[in-house]
Amino acid sequence: MIEVRNLTKKYGLNTAVDNISFDIEPGKIYGLLGPNGAGKSTTMNIITGCLAATEGSVKINGYDIFEQPLEAKRCIGYLPEIPPLYTEMTPYEYLMFVAEAKGVEYEATFRQVKEVMELTELEGVRDRLIRNLSKGYRQRVGIAQAMLGNPDIIILDEPTVGLDPKQIIEIRDLIRTLGEMKTVILSSHILAEVSAVCEHVIIISHGKIVANDTLQNLNNYVSPTDILHISVRGEHDVIVEVLDSIEGIISRETLTSSEPGVHEYRLEVEKESDLRDAIFFAMAEKRCAVIAMEREESSLESIFLTLTDADPAAEAEDNYAAEHEDESDDAAESGEAVDTDREEDEN
Amino acid sequence: MSAIFKREFKSYMHNMTGPIFIFFLLLFTGVCVSIYNLFIGFSSFSYAIELTAIAFLVIIPIITMRSLSEDRANKTDYLLFSLPLKTSSIVLGKFFAIVAVFTIPIAVMLLYPIILSAYGYMYYAASYSAIFALFLLGLSLISICMFISSLTESQVISAVISLGVLIFLLVLPLLTALIPTTALASFICFIVCEALVSVLIWRLTKNPNVGMISAAVLVIPTCAIYFFKAEWFEGLFPSLIENLSLYSQFYNLNSGIFDIKSMVYLLSVTVFFLFLCTQSLERRRWS
Repeated sequence: MIEVRNLTKKYGLNTAVDNISFDIEPGKIYGLLGPNGAGKSTTMNIITGCLAATEGSVKINGYDIFEQPLEAKRCIGYLPEIPPLYTEMTPYEYLMFVAEAKGVEYEATFRQVKEVMELTELEGVRDRLIRNLSKGYRQRVGIAQAMLGNPDIIILDEPTVGLDPKQIIEIRDLIRTLGEMKTVILSSHILAEVSAVCEHVIIISHGKIVANDTLQNLNNYVSPTDILHISVRGEHDVIVEVLDSIEGIISRETLTSSEPGVHEYRLEVEKESDLRDAIFFAMAEKRCAVIAMEREESSLESIFLTLTDADPAAEAEDNYAAEHEDESDDAAESGEAVDTDREEDEN
Repeated sequence: MSAIFKREFKSYMHNMTGPIFIFFLLLFTGVCVSIYNLFIGFSSFSYAIELTAIAFLVIIPIITMRSLSEDRANKTDYLLFSLPLKTSSIVLGKFFAIVAVFTIPIAVMLLYPIILSAYGYMYYAASYSAIFALFLLGLSLISICMFISSLTESQVISAVISLGVLIFLLVLPLLTALIPTTALASFICFIVCEALVSVLIWRLTKNPNVGMISAAVLVIPTCAIYFFKAEWFEGLFPSLIENLSLYSQFYNLNSGIFDIKSMVYLLSVTVFFLFLCTQSLERRRWS
């Protein structure tokens, strides 16, 4: 769908994007993750034809963005970091303008504009000036604009920056809905966002790709163990004895407890081993009440920090590349796996 | 292109720039026509038009200042670049939108000779050719100012530079009168201009060798011609500048001479600066 090969962008002596290559496959939500200034926006601007690359090529559905820009751009809807809105227009006028500029046929224009406005819930503000809209609504107008012309790929650059929590949830839902119909690429420096919405993550640091895999694979890659937090009411010595008797606990750390008589522990347990039942019954036998027990979900943060650390980045990349040589096949399979997981969760 | 044109035209009409432009151009023309044709009683329309062309100094920078710099400041240029449009059609859409606004007062002016004919004999052909000359001058100045607007993201800077350039263009024919017509003076002027061009090339390409080569290519033939045929240089520089000046071409047409050369020149300048404008947008994607 999108093939990025050896893409390099230099601003004078400063290299913003350094020789990156990746593929985007149809029907998934991709997350481009990286700290500020890592080259996310530059990469997206190049893919969408807003910037020229110093070296390398980008092919969209087989069209080269530099050689056949018009055909390539028709396959893409793009929302830049700052929504490119003409604030003196109403959302309706603006969307009609974009639809016409994208070459949507006249009869189809009205229908398409109506559709995207329904999807992005803009009908309520149809005739208000964009200047007077809240940031959340402006972002929606930007996303609606990207969807016009029915492109296969939607690229969103930091779509939730500057929104309030409620708006963030709404925009995320919107992106998920979009992801059911189209290929979506979104960039973010917020980990929670990527892990909440995306199936596949590309982590960029200092203009280089340091990881390109499904969320699940990334989790496995960085942390070989699971973390379990438990709070137990009882004697410390008894609890420790019980914990030591359970197989599968690799290490144990005592945390300071906020409640008197309750002890908290952070346990490192073997990957994929669910010790919660065992711990519960063992504690129950010794009449120690388990007040709370929680598995630490998503260590994406640690992946992110590990991979984007200033110097070890290159090293991590090498290790990673060595371990995942044919990552694209891998990714496709595990991507499906994640898909089914998600469906089950929703059911 | 038509989408860009429609949006820009509506935007000009919406945010008062367009109506203000039309209002002042018509007001100025009206005052000029009243003075020359109604009070003094000239039967020619050219004097009024000639004076109106001076109003362009102020009103053209006002209407062109936002055309490309606003997109850059509001980041809407990313939308335009990501749309399946050629850069040239973006520039042309914007240009024709301004031209459309500009055509409205010109269309109103077409009525003036008819109205004036009620008070005496009007030379229709001369009057309409004067209006046509004004229109052509307007096109070339709009395209020059649009190019200036593409260079900056500040509307104020764009307007101020445009004003300066237009004043320079207006006084250029007057300045040439100050240059002596001797061969030596012309020769020196040419050498200075060629040196400036070479420095410009050197700065743009950041390659001293290219600058040196272009300087050599320009200066050596000039010197050779001067040493063998010095008489060719007599009055050459002032007349060249005179011919290159937009306003002198306009005065030429305005005086009632149907001069194809002047028309072609004004249109070529328009096309050339639209081309530069497209290049300036393209260059922004590369920087």
